[in-house]
Amino acid sequence: MIEIRALHKYFDDVHVLRGIDLDVNKGEVLSIIGASGSGKSTLLYCINALEGIDEGRITVDGVEVHAKSTDINKLRQKLGMVFQQWNSFPHLTALENVALSPRIVRKMSRSDARELAARRLEHIGLGDKLNSYPNALSGGQQQRLAIARALAMEPSYMLFDETTSALDPELVGEVLDAMRLLAEEGMTMICVTHEMGFARDVSDRVAYIHDGTIEEIGTPEQIFGNPESERTSRFLANVR
Amino acid sequence: MESTSIFFTSFKTTDLWFLAEAAYRTLLISGISISLGTALGLIFGWLLHEGRLISTFILSPFLDIFRSVPLIIQLVLAYNFAPIIGLNIDPFGSGAIVLTIYTTALVANVVRGGIDAVGIPMRRAARSLGMTYWQDMIYVVSPIGIRAVFPAWVGVALGVMKDSALVSVLGYVELLRASQILITRTQEPFLILALAGAFYFALSFPIARFSERLEKRWSQ
Repeated sequence: MIEIRALHKYFDDVHVLRGIDLDVNKGEVLSIIGASGSGKSTLLYCINALEGIDEGRITVDGVEVHAKSTDINKLRQKLGMVFQQWNSFPHLTALENVALSPRIVRKMSRSDARELAARRLEHIGLGDKLNSYPNALSGGQQQRLAIARALAMEPSYMLFDETTSALDPELVGEVLDAMRLLAEEGMTMICVTHEMGFARDVSDRVAYIHDGTIEEIGTPEQIFGNPESERTSRFLANVR
Repeated sequence: MESTSIFFTSFKTTDLWFLAEAAYRTLLISGISISLGTALGLIFGWLLHEGRLISTFILSPFLDIFRSVPLIIQLVLAYNFAPIIGLNIDPFGSGAIVLTIYTTALVANVVRGGIDAVGIPMRRAARSLGMTYWQDMIYVVSPIGIRAVFPAWVGVALGVMKDSALVSVLGYVELLRASQILITRTQEPFLILALAGAFYFALSFPIARFSERLEKRWSQ
């Protein structure tokens, strides 16, 4: 379980997160929607401490993320992350991309790591691309590679940061399908997304973030069908 | 006249050995300077990238001095300054020290560029997989950064090898100095400078070709 309490975050003088309280339960798929610059990506980065926080507290399975005593590298293994830019390691094949961190972080043997990586890639439909270098893969394939790479650490949670925003429109579908598959398998997911269809169909809950605070949170039916907040309905009317 | 023949004698095959030996000295002094300078450049380049106060206010200007002042001035200054502070260093020693510092200054900036080339999103991706700072450095930043700036490093290495000719002003008998000695004796500047050029080429060419092949392999 991820618990976020009274979280504040500043970038210099800009107050990006203004008191976020949020719980994410095991097995839940939470989508975070909101305008660009509303702080939703920053919130995600705070959860695995790629960004520091200024006030408040985040705990993952009871471990405080930003405490000095926390072994953050160990905690991050629980928190898989996929970014807007797929960030494939360009000097490694698809297989090596996925096998690298199991081998060096989880200390698996080279052959075990490669076997795991091959399984992960096959599962996500890249079984025929094991020995391809990233520059021979499409954006959609590279993004699926990034998902396989994160999953190879066998995380308990997956954080998705606008994973389809940098893709050509015709490639968005394959990545969303991969995320859907993962949701069906019961992975706990936090998805910052602009894909309203995905948020509505796949999420258990949807949070609308406005100006660094959670304006409204609820089931997809509530948020998309009958939002309580004036701001939420205005935002949704604009993105549709 | 009898006496002139004592000073001027024609080019002999043994002179080729003399040049080859000098080429070995060129290789020695540049090899040492490039290796040490690269090792130090890695450390200083990393410090430059990390951008702590020390590197911005002390290291960076210090390295800039060595990059900006002509090498020949550095060599003469260092060679003549050493005895003043009580050090007795031969031409080879002073030459190697100055060339090493010069290489360090150049390589440090290449290394900084290489680390910068990797970009924060890539490094965050590596860290998000649970890699430590140093695992990220070794398995992600180094291979990507090296590929990005390897051609620049080869340029520095070849440049330093050619610039090592300047150590001749201190009296170290490397290729250029040896050529000058032979020219004085034989009065055949064209032949000897062409030979010296061929030796420099023979030293550079394998490095250039090797790096070309490496780059081709990486670009796959």
